[in-house]
Amino acid sequence: MSNIPLIMFLVFIAITLGITYWASRRSAGASAYFAASRQIKGWQNGIAVAGDYMSAASFLGIAGIIAFQGYDGFLFSVGWLVAYLTVLLVIAEPLRNAGKYTMADVLAYRLKPRPVRAMASLSTLTVSTFYMIAQMVGAGTLVKLLLAGKVNYNQAVIGVGILMIVYVVFGGMLATTWVQIIKAILLMAGTLLLSILVMAHFHFSFGQFFGAIAHVTYHDAKGVVVVKDFLQPGLRYKPPYGPLDLISLGLALIFGTAGLPHILVRFYTVPDAKTARHSVVWAMVLIGSFYIMTTFLGFGAATIVGPDFIKTHGGTNMSAPLLANALAGSIFFAFISAIAFATILAVVAGLTISATTSFSHDFWTNVVHNGVERRPGEEVLVARISAFVVGAVAIALAIVLQTANVAFLVALAFAVAASANLPVIVLSIFWRRFNTAGAVTGLAVGLLASIGLILISPSLMGIDPPTVAGSARHLIQAKAWFPLENPGILSIPLGFLGAILGTLISHEPTSQEKFNELLVRSNTGLGAEKAGAH
Amino acid sequence: MANEAKKIEVAQPKQYQASQSTWDKIAESKEFQDLMATKKTFIVPAFIFFVVYYFALPVLVGYAPAFMSTKVIGEVNLAYLFALSQFFVAWIIAALYVRAANNFDRLAKDILEKAEDAKGGK
Repeated sequence: MSNIPLIMFLVFIAITLGITYWASRRSAGASAYFAASRQIKGWQNGIAVAGDYMSAASFLGIAGIIAFQGYDGFLFSVGWLVAYLTVLLVIAEPLRNAGKYTMADVLAYRLKPRPVRAMASLSTLTVSTFYMIAQMVGAGTLVKLLLAGKVNYNQAVIGVGILMIVYVVFGGMLATTWVQIIKAILLMAGTLLLSILVMAHFHFSFGQFFGAIAHVTYHDAKGVVVVKDFLQPGLRYKPPYGPLDLISLGLALIFGTAGLPHILVRFYTVPDAKTARHSVVWAMVLIGSFYIMTTFLGFGAATIVGPDFIKTHGGTNMSAPLLANALAGSIFFAFISAIAFATILAVVAGLTISATTSFSHDFWTNVVHNGVERRPGEEVLVARISAFVVGAVAIALAIVLQTANVAFLVALAFAVAASANLPVIVLSIFWRRFNTAGAVTGLAVGLLASIGLILISPSLMGIDPPTVAGSARHLIQAKAWFPLENPGILSIPLGFLGAILGTLISHEPTSQEKFNELLVRSNTGLGAEKAGAH
Repeated sequence: MANEAKKIEVAQPKQYQASQSTWDKIAESKEFQDLMATKKTFIVPAFIFFVVYYFALPVLVGYAPAFMSTKVIGEVNLAYLFALSQFFVAWIIAALYVRAANNFDRLAKDILEKAEDAKGGK
């Protein structure tokens, strides 16, 4: 392979660094740094939300799952869009109306700020860290494959880490948002082009395309040639526990998306709740179009490239780049690869800014220093310093976990968001009786239940034959105690139960008295944070 | 890098402050009750509908795979069409919500104006 992928990577890096420089001159003050002065337009924020959401896991991962397991992979695509209805109908507007920088702002209104913010910050950092490790390990593996011989795993991880630190430290939310917007546009363009090329391959006949999908030929695990109908359900989720796992996955997506901190912070970057609403609609148009096109990416890779070839040329995650190569040669391969790289970089930056915002705003200023900045600019300074720390920790973890199977970490991030964050946000907006003890127990139970159940799930427990080596081996060599890969079906009800029981065993009159204030603020936007001037 | 902060934002009070009794009064006013009722009549049914419609997919695909594999148009089966329909249903619900929300905005605007007038035209 030529130098073209490397050149495309460098062009993207140069453009984003230029944006960071521009943004750094406009990022003075907390509202500018954490929320881009709340001046992002609806469509811009919509694209950025879509960009934050369409991570490498969706671009490379979904294409790969569909290429190998057909229809069942497409079910991920469906859940990822429908989940935005929860964001639109329940979360986005109240959050924008009543909060400032983080989801904990909404909780802190009527509850005791310190314990609630401390727990919410812990949960935010947990979700962001899990998600980030998955992205960073993916970045390392991807760059190593794409730039074989030029860049090794550690160099790739360190490079991504340093870039993300630069974006976040110097450019704040404004730079992160624009990096996300550019990447999302590139990703949509690349996906559209790839989809058109796939249809061109089938002479623009859906009959031919679906005919090919119904007869995918490959070698199964035993080396026997099989012909499968890839439109048929059940290639991934097999009985006895498959259907239940599928429902559990759906629950984690539908309730988890509205609890993902890096998505929630985006709604503070727009001027008001109405714009927040419009940005969700923009995001839904983009996300929906993208995930419908995974039909072409995934099934295209299955029919045109074939599972056998993908398996021997980098594995499932390379399905989309290999499809590009098969359809239009090495320059298009380089373009799609550069998009995948841009995707990882932008998502990692988005995760970092949500983690650092929560640490400095929730934990440092409000928990440690009781809501008072000791000197002007302290909150932003702490955020910048913590971006360095988050970046360094992410680089270190990604290098240590290099050979580990980290795919389950994204599922874990969704499970924690759905089981810990969502129940307390919803209950604090809608339930008058809700109180501090309920929020703390809800967050704690949701967090522990999701992590605990994943630890004893087939993602980490399983008995491998001696032939399975290295990263493919399960961490705990024993039969899984919990049969599902996705804990949502159990951990979400546990999160709600924890929050409800915690509330009922304690008594806190002030939280009930202040419910009316939150109710009015979140539903009318009375006294909501206004957009600032640049 | 412009590092100086222009103002201390955390220590600043909210732009709109009111006493407990003011919040209670707004919350109990007819206008606010109307707003909440109008919101509920759209959001609750819409939420229930999309959750039921969405979970019908994994339930049917998981527990009735043979039925869902029924071919409808050429090689395209019921499972794929039902999955595809989810995208359009989600878009339609979002569009209906935006339309309904214009109504919410109108009702909320009255409450806002009244509240700010009471504060002395802030």
